[in-house]
Amino acid sequence: MRKLLLYLVIIVTGVVFISRLFYLQIYNTSYAALSEDNAIKILYDYPQRGAIYDRNGKLLVSNQPSYDVMVIPRELKSFDTLEFCSVLNITKEKLIKQLKKARVYSPRIPSVVIPQLTKDEYAYLQEKMRKFSGFYIQQRSLRDYHTHNAANVLGYIGEVNDALIQKNNYYQSGDLIGIDGVEKQYEKQLRGIKGVKYIQKDRFNRDIGPYKEGIFDTLPVNGQDLTITLDGELQAYGELLMQNKRGGIVALEPASGEILALVTAPSYKPELLVGRKRSPNFTKLYYDTIAKPLFDRGVKGEYPPGSPFKTINALIALQEGVVTLEDRFSCNMGYRYGRSSKLGCHSHAGPLNMIPGISNSCNAYFANVYRRIIEKYDTPQEGIDRWKKHVQSFGMGKYLGNDLSAGRPGKIPGSKEYNRRYEYPKYKWYATATLSNAIGQGEVLTTPIQMANFTAAIGNKGYYHTPHIIKAVDGNPIEEENYTKRKYTTIDTKHFAPVIEGMHQVFTMGTARSLQSKDIDICGKTGTAENYVRIKGKRMQLTDHSVFVAFAPKDNPKIALAVFVENGYWGSRYAGRIATLMVEKYLKKQIERTDLEDWILTHSLEEEYAKPYSEEPFTINH
Amino acid sequence: MAKSSIAAIDWITVLLFILLVGFGWGNIYSSSYSDEVFSITDLSQVYSKQGLWIVLSIFLIIVTQAIEVKFYEGFAGVIFVGSLVSLLGLFVFGKTISGATSWYNLGFMSIQPSEFAKAATALALAKFLSDMQTNIKRVNHQLKAFLIIALPALIIVPQPDPGSALVYAAFFFPLYREGLAPIYLIIGASAAILFVATLLFGPLLVVIGAVLFVLGFLMMQFMNLHHERRSRTYTLIIIVILALCVLRYTLSMTTIVETLTAYLEILVPILNYSILGILALVIGFFIGLLSKGTATQRQKPNYLMYIATLAVIVGFCYSVSYIYTNVFEERHRNRFDIVLGKAVDAKGIGYNTNQSQIAIGSGGWFGKGWKEGTQTKGGFVPEQHTDYIFSTVGEEWGFLGSTLVILLFVFLLIRLLILAERQKSQFSRVYGYSVVGVLFVHFAVNVGMVIGLLPTVGIPLPFFSYGGSGLWGFTVLLFIFIKLDANRVNEW
Repeated sequence: MRKLLLYLVIIVTGVVFISRLFYLQIYNTSYAALSEDNAIKILYDYPQRGAIYDRNGKLLVSNQPSYDVMVIPRELKSFDTLEFCSVLNITKEKLIKQLKKARVYSPRIPSVVIPQLTKDEYAYLQEKMRKFSGFYIQQRSLRDYHTHNAANVLGYIGEVNDALIQKNNYYQSGDLIGIDGVEKQYEKQLRGIKGVKYIQKDRFNRDIGPYKEGIFDTLPVNGQDLTITLDGELQAYGELLMQNKRGGIVALEPASGEILALVTAPSYKPELLVGRKRSPNFTKLYYDTIAKPLFDRGVKGEYPPGSPFKTINALIALQEGVVTLEDRFSCNMGYRYGRSSKLGCHSHAGPLNMIPGISNSCNAYFANVYRRIIEKYDTPQEGIDRWKKHVQSFGMGKYLGNDLSAGRPGKIPGSKEYNRRYEYPKYKWYATATLSNAIGQGEVLTTPIQMANFTAAIGNKGYYHTPHIIKAVDGNPIEEENYTKRKYTTIDTKHFAPVIEGMHQVFTMGTARSLQSKDIDICGKTGTAENYVRIKGKRMQLTDHSVFVAFAPKDNPKIALAVFVENGYWGSRYAGRIATLMVEKYLKKQIERTDLEDWILTHSLEEEYAKPYSEEPFTINH
Repeated sequence: MAKSSIAAIDWITVLLFILLVGFGWGNIYSSSYSDEVFSITDLSQVYSKQGLWIVLSIFLIIVTQAIEVKFYEGFAGVIFVGSLVSLLGLFVFGKTISGATSWYNLGFMSIQPSEFAKAATALALAKFLSDMQTNIKRVNHQLKAFLIIALPALIIVPQPDPGSALVYAAFFFPLYREGLAPIYLIIGASAAILFVATLLFGPLLVVIGAVLFVLGFLMMQFMNLHHERRSRTYTLIIIVILALCVLRYTLSMTTIVETLTAYLEILVPILNYSILGILALVIGFFIGLLSKGTATQRQKPNYLMYIATLAVIVGFCYSVSYIYTNVFEERHRNRFDIVLGKAVDAKGIGYNTNQSQIAIGSGGWFGKGWKEGTQTKGGFVPEQHTDYIFSTVGEEWGFLGSTLVILLFVFLLIRLLILAERQKSQFSRVYGYSVVGVLFVHFAVNVGMVIGLLPTVGIPLPFFSYGGSGLWGFTVLLFIFIKLDANRVNEW
């Protein structure tokens, strides 16, 4: 027993140690993971973000280097603060504040002291930097805008938020990501792929060289360059015309659905949201809740379309066979229905058939046509759903499903909405109850891009391509079926000719006679949309919106567009002028009707917009 | 005479020694080299210094082999006194390195006399026990033996170097071998168990456990008196339960605490106490079984003895708890708390232990390869080339490598035990046992600490850890025994 004790103790100890080692090294793998965590640092090599070009190859967005002065508080040694401050052109107080902030954040992790130096400041500082231990300069890449326009289309980039970091493991805190517009929508193509370097660290978190001579390291893949469908010049011109107005312009190429211009007003210059100035500028834009410069009216503004919508009703009526081109309807300053209801109209010669009905925008004509559509069927429910289906085939009442970062579905009412509204079956309702649909008022809401799209569909005589902004990635044209495939409306091709003729006569003898351009065969339709706002709980009517849709030339149109000017009064007053100028700019590359241009550039609606906020009684529509 | 004793040298031991020292140097090299190019002979580098110490230890080996055995025996007392003087001298001439005044500065190197004092104490103890007049069963001789052991330890403690002092507990192994009553070991082991248990579970629970334990023991005693044959079945059951307990312990001490805490939360306290109680009963039962057939078992139980034992246990547990909270310093408490799993602090106090476990754990089956350890390279484990050298083995050589080192030590210790047992002179046997004891305590405490089973105690791993004094101390300790063993044929 005495001889055996020590043998026993030694062997038991050996067994216990070996089982413990087994537990640590084989059984419990969490220790291995911990080791990877604290001995290997992962460094990312950021690729250049892709550039963005317009449809003519003009560079819109590229990158610019920027230099941040960084500090690692722990490595600071006493230095000549006076010299440092004079080199960087900052006050001593600011420096002390920044250093304190950095120290609170982390003594070990670098913090930014002075962000985004210019190249000149950098060159000067670079020489002196070695004097200041603990400071270093980090190069970053910022967006460089070669245009002052299209901010709503291009969007902007900013630091990725925590919620996304949780969801997507590609991003680390501090990474830049597209937040809006093309930058957001095509983030994956633009950003490229980060390169990874594994660095062996020591216990002080210092780098001591590449891990395993860098066999696991990867090189960054540069971002892809995008060509977007925008025409930079047309966009700029649109934004110029929309100065001092609110509203939107959407111009499309009917044959392809490419967005030529997407203007919202008021807007902002894209360079405002770059780097150091981004945060204060964004706050300023964000809190302007009256003009809403960040609100893209072209794709998000849901307005009553007004008279341009009549063209759709005309097409549906022809398709449904409820009217012939020769059917005339009389108009006595409006259309009377029921005992005392009247849909008013302006003075024009009458009675009218379809083509002059369109060109003169006769409300009574379309009230009759609309009733016939709805009343063709046994119940108004059936009729309106039929009507709704036709309207939706033009891309209205639902999301277009495109590659813009924002959008709204608009609204096309059907039987469901009216049954609810009129408490069917308790009460019955008839076509007349929905009569404002005839003239694009009432329950119908569309966005300017939807209006441009249905205009393109009319110009194409029955089909459209989903409007989109992407044209090519790294020079390769897109092949996405959603954009390349025609989407047919429910209207037969043969019914379009008379409607197009009506739209043509809008310029030759109708509501936009004054806007004729001598050698462009242009088709269009004016609109004047009544609208109401609620300010401080009071519902009030404001001056009508000025609406205009157009395409040109009449055959094989090259451009289709919708212009919407808030409170611009009648259609040809603001929107019509702007629309024809845009068409002229795009097709002829220069403006001959300079008087028209001057009128638009010198007329502002700011006064009109200020009215409802003046807290004084005001008049509208004058 | 020299010729015959060289032939009689136990080459197995020498081979194990060479393997350990060689492998140790490889790991020191890996944990301390840097990518900058240094010549292997550049003495500013840790690994080249260790290389020099290894080369110089060859001269020490030659010297130990050249000296007559009679000299060791005859001058044991003088050597011991000289060693004590060298320890005392530290209080006047000592040089302080990392908090402990344990070194003499010789200019080109520092010498730590406590590393050599172990060999001196072993010689002195061997000399004393082999004296014809010494009878270890007599209390006054026991006290003298304790004094020999305690003197150097008491001088070393206030340097302060409690770790090195702790090693002197190893000398109880030769004492036990030479006939020291087992009660000392039982008391020592019980005290250690009660100490740890009190820290883990608090004094009340331990006292309840102890009462149940004694009851179990008592029960066994009655059973032995009446039904002797039935006990074998119980033995089997109890061994299985014990094996499970040991398994649990080795997996992780934390697991026990966690499991128990979980139980505490789920079950009513009474049920929980009963689980611990059943365990205590069972262990008492088992111990009772072991002592079956001894004189006590055939007698009627001595109730006074039981009550006295219990009283001592109660007193001990409550004073441990009191001392722990009121006398121990924060840093001592922390070390225990970390190992006992009562506190988790991977960044502060527990940093060493945690980092060394991470390094070892990241080794896997085969390790990352020599000089490829990322934790080692990063210097995450403090004192890695000295006390924590085993973590380098674990990271770079994996489970296979570290198991090999454990086995090398186990083989060496067992080989030395065999050698000690075959000695004809009591002097050599006691000395051999002392060598085994000292090496074992160093090995067990160091590796136990590195793999997170024992609290942080700063003592080196023999032959492995960096340090000239340590290496030379162990070399001298071992090779004196090899000389004694080689000379056994000349003894009468």
